[in-house]
Amino acid sequence: MSTDALRVAQDPALDPARIAPGHVTGRGAGGPAPKRIIVGYGFWIFLLSDVIMFSAFFAAYAVLFKSTAGGPRAHELFDLRNTAAQTAFLLASTFTCGMASLAVGHRNMKWTQIALLVTGLLGFGFIVVEVREFSGFVAQGAGPSRSAFLSSFFALVGCHGIHVSVALLWLGTMMAQFYAKGFRQDIRYRFLCFSLFWHALDIVWVAIFNLVYLVGSLPPELLP
Amino acid sequence: MTQRSDYEAGSYVGGDRVPGQPEKRTLSREVGGYLLGLGLATLLTIASFWADHTREIYASGIAMALLVLTVAQIGIHLIFFLHITTDPDNENNILALAFGVLIVCLIVFGSLWVMIHLNNNLMPMDKVMQMQR
Repeated sequence: MSTDALRVAQDPALDPARIAPGHVTGRGAGGPAPKRIIVGYGFWIFLLSDVIMFSAFFAAYAVLFKSTAGGPRAHELFDLRNTAAQTAFLLASTFTCGMASLAVGHRNMKWTQIALLVTGLLGFGFIVVEVREFSGFVAQGAGPSRSAFLSSFFALVGCHGIHVSVALLWLGTMMAQFYAKGFRQDIRYRFLCFSLFWHALDIVWVAIFNLVYLVGSLPPELLP
Repeated sequence: MTQRSDYEAGSYVGGDRVPGQPEKRTLSREVGGYLLGLGLATLLTIASFWADHTREIYASGIAMALLVLTVAQIGIHLIFFLHITTDPDNENNILALAFGVLIVCLIVFGSLWVMIHLNNNLMPMDKVMQMQR
């Protein structure tokens, strides 16, 4: 008895004959994967490479955290009310982006546009709070050139902010494409990539607000 | 098949299903999946902010608690928003994710490890500058 036959005997669900024709198992049993899966996989690879880039910024920030060169330290600088507002904006927007995905799945143009608009407004609110925070830091002499700590801080958080800004542009083009061209398949694939991108940005923000803002605002004697 | 390809944005987190059977999706179950994710993510966010201020946790452990809460919330986001599931469709995504996590850990902890040892074992920069005078 071959190994495959043995596995099928142990687990009837593996039997190709029992699998509905055209259904994809991810193990090649149903033929090539549909394009939806392949598009998602390709973009997922890109997202992981983006996350790896962020991890390099995180590493630089962690290494340079104490290199304040006599300048302001993290717990003297951070205002957690801003952080809480930004977190709320981005978490709410990731939910409305999910609602937009469902609306696209159900081919509902009105709710697609509403959910995307709300997502965009929440993302814009996030950017506004971040820009105000950054300009406040620069105004009190804590700009990126002040110390290695602040350079790495602005590089990390600013890089995330740039990602969100680019995603907002992308969101605008998605709204326009849905409006002008309807729920064409190629546009739905683009939207799938956009929604993955938006959710991934929220994941990066989860790491930033916890490990940069909340840990940074702890009194220094509590940090390793 | 036609039903599956009607949904481009991954799956909701639902009950078990027989492999080969398309998922039974209804709008309320899908919205429910997102709402559950939103609720859990909100809870973990509140827990993070609470841990930052509380005196209930052993003070030196707060940073570690925040790290754990971060990992937990990232897991919630991956499952409920990015739809990384145990579905066979997702096998390749999970393998890629595992490799990504490996690289991220190597970069972050490797950098910290090397740089802390350098800081401990090498002469501080101001001393080096003095010797060069």
